[in-house]
Amino acid sequence: MTILIALALLAAFSASVYMLSRRRAVALAEGRSASLHSLPGYHGTWVALWAGVPAALIIILFAIFGARIEDSALRAQVPAAVAELPAERQEVFWSDASAIARGQTPSEISYQGPIGEALAAKTAEARRLSVIGLVSVLALSGVLALCGVLLAYPRLSKDFRARNRVEGWTGVLLIACSTLAVLTTVGILGSLIWESMRFFQSVSPADFLFGTSWDPQIAMRSDQVAAKGAFGAVPLFVGTFLIMLIAMTVAAPVGLFSAIYLSEYAGPGTRATIKPLLEILAGVPTVVYGFFAALTVGPSFRAFFNWVGAMLVEGPMDPLGQYLMTVQNQMALTAGVVMGIMLIPFVSSLSDDIINAVPQTLRDGSYAMGATKSETVKRVILPAALPGVAGALMLAVSRAIGETMIVTMAAGLQAKLTANPLDTVTTVTVQIVTLLTGDQEFDSPKTLAAFGLGLTLFTVTLALNIVALGFVRKYREQYD
Amino acid sequence: MTDAAATRLKKRHAAETRFRMYGRVAIIVALSFLVLLLGRIGMQGYSTFTTHTLSLPVYLDPARIDRTYLEGSNYDSLVAQALLKQLGETDDESYTVSGQVMDLISRDLGFQILNRIKADPALIGRTITVTGPVKADADLYYKGQLKRSTDQADRKLNDRQLAWLDRLKKSGAVTGGFNVGFFTHGDSTEPEQAGILGAIVGSAMMLLVTALIAVPMGVLAAVWLEEFAPKNRWTDVIEVNINNLAAVPSIVYGLLGLAVFINWFGAPRGAPLTGGMVLALMALPTVIIATRSALKAVPPSIREAALGVGASRTQTVFHHVLPQAMPGVMTGTILSLAHALGETAPLLMIGMIAFNPGLPESFTGSASVLPVQVFIWENASERAFHERTAAAIVVLLVFMIAMNAAAVILRRRFERRW
Repeated sequence: MTILIALALLAAFSASVYMLSRRRAVALAEGRSASLHSLPGYHGTWVALWAGVPAALIIILFAIFGARIEDSALRAQVPAAVAELPAERQEVFWSDASAIARGQTPSEISYQGPIGEALAAKTAEARRLSVIGLVSVLALSGVLALCGVLLAYPRLSKDFRARNRVEGWTGVLLIACSTLAVLTTVGILGSLIWESMRFFQSVSPADFLFGTSWDPQIAMRSDQVAAKGAFGAVPLFVGTFLIMLIAMTVAAPVGLFSAIYLSEYAGPGTRATIKPLLEILAGVPTVVYGFFAALTVGPSFRAFFNWVGAMLVEGPMDPLGQYLMTVQNQMALTAGVVMGIMLIPFVSSLSDDIINAVPQTLRDGSYAMGATKSETVKRVILPAALPGVAGALMLAVSRAIGETMIVTMAAGLQAKLTANPLDTVTTVTVQIVTLLTGDQEFDSPKTLAAFGLGLTLFTVTLALNIVALGFVRKYREQYD
Repeated sequence: MTDAAATRLKKRHAAETRFRMYGRVAIIVALSFLVLLLGRIGMQGYSTFTTHTLSLPVYLDPARIDRTYLEGSNYDSLVAQALLKQLGETDDESYTVSGQVMDLISRDLGFQILNRIKADPALIGRTITVTGPVKADADLYYKGQLKRSTDQADRKLNDRQLAWLDRLKKSGAVTGGFNVGFFTHGDSTEPEQAGILGAIVGSAMMLLVTALIAVPMGVLAAVWLEEFAPKNRWTDVIEVNINNLAAVPSIVYGLLGLAVFINWFGAPRGAPLTGGMVLALMALPTVIIATRSALKAVPPSIREAALGVGASRTQTVFHHVLPQAMPGVMTGTILSLAHALGETAPLLMIGMIAFNPGLPESFTGSASVLPVQVFIWENASERAFHERTAAAIVVLLVFMIAMNAAAVILRRRFERRW
């Protein structure tokens, strides 16, 4: 709250500095505005930037890192009574000390004797530290704002190149914004690798990547983690692959044929109505597909297979019938088919672009030789568009692997090593969600395993995307 | 033409017809999936928009209300007694009848009495009329989704309760109408009291954060890349990087949010601020890509004209090129925000799955958002919640369609062909 008020005050200060400097520039011009190098507004902006930006940066940095710095200052000196405690209890002591200092509710542990005194002392110290921190940062930012004005304002003159200076600031801002995109990647890679390293300290990467038994719920205590086989991710990879395969079996033919029909056969009117309709399918949130899969597709598939099973029971195919009678709602087929539906518009719009990029001369040449439309598509257009279409399908695969909500709601949680589409399987993304949505300690191998899975997922999808985007782009360049 | 050529031609034409049919079938399959999806959800959801409410005169018996401690009295049993009276039934010693009656009415009626007595203690001893929703199972019976033909052991309400419901409906005590509560309440553990407003407000707050971060940063980044950046290795890296970021699975952004925002920077769990920041990072690449293509579409003559009359490069871009590109930028931005509105997986990672009754209070407090609300209700075991899930989806889709329509209108209205 204090910080928001400080920022608002700073903004008001900068605004008044702007007005003041602008008026100063107008006065310098002595009525002939052309005699100024830059417009008065630029003079105002330049001084206001010096007044506001450094001070605001300090305040914002404090808002982000302040609590952290205060905390480490607080922990610099460990009272003797606390040093005797086991490590977890020390942690609780420190969080209680800062909680009491902030007026929040501490844990229910009662502190008595020397440790109670230590707590009182540390609480007082925490309060003092937070006041010192806030006051010093506010004072520092005030000094910076004043210094900015005092240094910048006297430099205003007729010949002062205020516009170039302001544009310099703008350039810095633009570069900072585009660096954010890079920082996001660094953040993703950094956090995934860092947390995965912590995970791989307790579980070896080979056990993780090649182990065939996934049962993280058992491995609760730290001494059990070493128990081999609890974190073998192969069943998850198989489940993910199975669902992806089913999804692509639905999405690839339907999407590709839609694209061919739309670009080669359909008239402009049909195209103009059907394309937006397909785009609606692309805009539906994945959680909606998940709901559809869990409450409509799953039960109807089960009913269908149970019905088929009932027909086969006591016939020559009795065992199959018996099996089909036991099929459950949550099966790989449900999740795969619904994911396939989700991917249809993705495949079709990408392939549509690529097919349209095939030059008309190739088609005309083929027609001139007497080929029918379908022959032209099959023998000329598709071979020409093949790398691009392959790229589009790879992008779809990468999407299918990373898709979360449909599988979370429709695929199930049991990690089974199976290729049967009627069985319950689980995927990498489902496990990430289930491992991280409970209320566990963040450092347990169970939650860290999610980052190991996340790193695997990121690596695989990144590789797919890079190759696929390369394909798509290279292909486009060929005909440009 | 020889016979062989004729048969070959026939074959080729047959192949042609077949091929064209495959295309048609593909389109029909895709569109029927769309109809099935939307139709099914609409069918399941529309019934939530009506509900049945009960108006009941309740005698506020002074003997049963503790004036010194109003919260301590059992108003539900007052309501139950009133309903028994209305039905002409008498309670037995073990309170089974009043227990069965209580299964028909929402706890909301009891709360209403408490609130009215708190506001005006003089009401005690008088008879007041309270109006509130019937319990979700009773509502399902009125809507025909809980059927009398089902075996009594398999349904939540027994024959006697169904007979009561029929009588209440006949006497006019229960009336059907538009479900206002669904749009004015937050989440609740009782399906008949659960509403969508909390999630709508939460979504709006989160989307505001996303827009405030992703739009300015994305547009400025795109301006730099398109108009100022030199062509060198560094910009190539940024370029490839942005294209890849757009294709990173959304759940990975959730992991980033959890590890960086929550664990390193100590951002609050499950808050619109944190969720908005995560979604902003996710929307950033699409905003950048859309803005770049809009900037590319502005013809060079505009830039040259501005430079020719003495504008600096920065002035050219910000006074002339960017305003011309604005419709395209807005269209792309709205589309990527609509996508962010429907995103669920990263929000589960940052703890947005908590149960939040009431409306979200601040940007740093815990809140629920529409798609996560859908997920939470879908997981609930009670059937009445499934109906509400579909209705929440309808609301979510209405918002998304509105945003997409806004984007289309913007494009139609302001897009210029050069």
